[in-house]
Amino acid sequence: MFGGIDPFLLLASLVVASVPILLAALGELVAERAGVLNLGVEGMMILGAVCGFIAAVETGSPTLGFAAGAGAGVLLAALFALLTQFLLTNQVATGLALTLFGLGLSSLLGQGYNGIKPPPTGALLPESLSGLPGLGGLAFGYDGVAYLSVALVPLIALFLMRSRPGLILRAIGENPEAAHALGYRVRAWRWGALLFGGAMAGLGGAYISLVRVPQWTDGITAGAGWIALAIVVFASWRPWRVLAGAWLFGGVTVLQLNLQAAGARIPVEYLSMSPYLMTILVLVAISAGKGRAALSAPAALGQNFRPQS
Amino acid sequence: MIRLEKRASPSRAWQWGAPLLAVLCTLLAGALLFALLGKNPGEALRVIFWDPLFNPDFAAYSRPQLLVKAGPLILIAIGLSLGFRAGVWNIGAEGQYIMGAIAGAAVGLAFYPAESAFIFPLMVLAGAAGGFLWAMIPALLRTRFQTNEILVSLLLVYIAENILASMALGALRNPEGGGFPGSRNLSQYPSAANPELIAGTGLHLGVLAALLAVIAAYLLLQRHIWGFHIRLSGMAPRAARFAGVNPNRLIVFCLGISGALAGLAGLFEVSGPSGQISIDFNVGYGFTAIIVAFLGRLHPIGILLAGLLMALTYIGGELAALMLGLPIAAIQVFQGMLLFFLLAADLFTQFRLRFGRPKVAHVRRD
Repeated sequence: MFGGIDPFLLLASLVVASVPILLAALGELVAERAGVLNLGVEGMMILGAVCGFIAAVETGSPTLGFAAGAGAGVLLAALFALLTQFLLTNQVATGLALTLFGLGLSSLLGQGYNGIKPPPTGALLPESLSGLPGLGGLAFGYDGVAYLSVALVPLIALFLMRSRPGLILRAIGENPEAAHALGYRVRAWRWGALLFGGAMAGLGGAYISLVRVPQWTDGITAGAGWIALAIVVFASWRPWRVLAGAWLFGGVTVLQLNLQAAGARIPVEYLSMSPYLMTILVLVAISAGKGRAALSAPAALGQNFRPQS
Repeated sequence: MIRLEKRASPSRAWQWGAPLLAVLCTLLAGALLFALLGKNPGEALRVIFWDPLFNPDFAAYSRPQLLVKAGPLILIAIGLSLGFRAGVWNIGAEGQYIMGAIAGAAVGLAFYPAESAFIFPLMVLAGAAGGFLWAMIPALLRTRFQTNEILVSLLLVYIAENILASMALGALRNPEGGGFPGSRNLSQYPSAANPELIAGTGLHLGVLAALLAVIAAYLLLQRHIWGFHIRLSGMAPRAARFAGVNPNRLIVFCLGISGALAGLAGLFEVSGPSGQISIDFNVGYGFTAIIVAFLGRLHPIGILLAGLLMALTYIGGELAALMLGLPIAAIQVFQGMLLFFLLAADLFTQFRLRFGRPKVAHVRRD
């Protein structure tokens, strides 16, 4: 069944497949560590996907496309922050609204962009490196965003666990009242964390439409944002485990696509559902028999904070 | 400066004023959106909200569609609202809707071409069971393994969509369909059909079921101990536990009811207006119903009205696409904006706006 599939190529496509989820999940991780549950990841991703695609096609520059994708994610995240932090709306409901709105808006904006090829995103490193036999392509063959996504894992881990701002951010996610009493501006920090999450989700979305697929169709993210949310839970809110979760998901996605291409005897529909099924199984495995505390969820996750003046 | 001051108790006037304000804001923002798309905003709003009901050229077709579209929306939203009140977030109604339709249609097709009065009731049971069982997956994973029901119920939508595609191409495909995907047309199979009850009204059994669900939910919330438990759990989870509410039973109850109702909506749709299981059978009612539930303030009567309004935007959107070339997606944006404005307007229910400096001197900390 695996005849003709190059294992290095398979691993390389695993890395590419996991980039959008990794980016979105890292962004959401930071937001959730600050105590905000933004269920609008899917909406921010797909808006990033369409805006990034349009910008890249219109300007011919994938870099501008990625920037536009991140910008679109930030805008939508700002809307979420305005509603939840200033107008104190329910975070779950607002996140759902963000997703529904993002899906509609992306489909509206993307009219007329179906069936176009975006400008290609080149590899970051010269071919003399990626052309090396064996591990060359696996280690050096990716575009800049893929490297950025992996580099962000240790950076975010260091920021959260080893830096003072990271400590403040976590304190705000665990106990906003105490952080407020110490003089930290809870809502400003949460704004910041949310905007970062939006930029990451938008960038991840743009990666789907510019590199991973690459084209624009309605609903192109196909639940990637929800899987990113699930991976944050699976990772117990730790950056390195997010990387593991994203690669696990990328692995299943790539494997099922390869099985489809290889003409396996399992019907296509059952292969297509396997990433979602696996995400559920992984969620169950990680949460089985444990409460929120044992999962180390931020204690104030999803609760709005209003300073008592 | 403007300050927010928490009300001692939620304002009753704003409870109903907020949705009206939200609708008003959405109309304004929608007009702006349509203008940006290069359409005359006044004309677009008239085509969406007035013509489907009152323009003699379209009303004959559009008016029945109002009930056809509102039926599933209300039926699903009523189920969702119970969970949302209790803090049980079932956002996978779309999947339960699909599974209900598949289960119900499968039972009907199994009897083809026999004619019997028992077939349709069996299909109704199967439809409800399909949605119920699909919703039991997140419910049991939540109660047994503490798995987040929001994520599981949503991820199951994608799985259900794949099962739907597999059914339309495989097990339920019409053997006389010339190889095209899609099942036999149930509306042409009298024992399994869910026809219009009164010609030209759009009224079918699903709409009646939706009305029954509205009444039942109203009675449940106002008169039954379970309704009290649901409301209590949403407002004061700790108090609910002291009052002896078993959170696990509540989760199973809320997800079960909403799943069964979504499954019923799917069954009535597949046997009536849609007629067959096809790859693109589901059109997002399960997600729009979330907006309906919130727009209706999670209150049965409110949901009834909200469902009709949302159905109108669907029909009006189709009409505007036909008449003005307005993209269908614009209506989706419109519906999304409505939910935003609604959530924002809700601020006035809980808080009072105060202008000027606070009367009592105090130290500002934020």
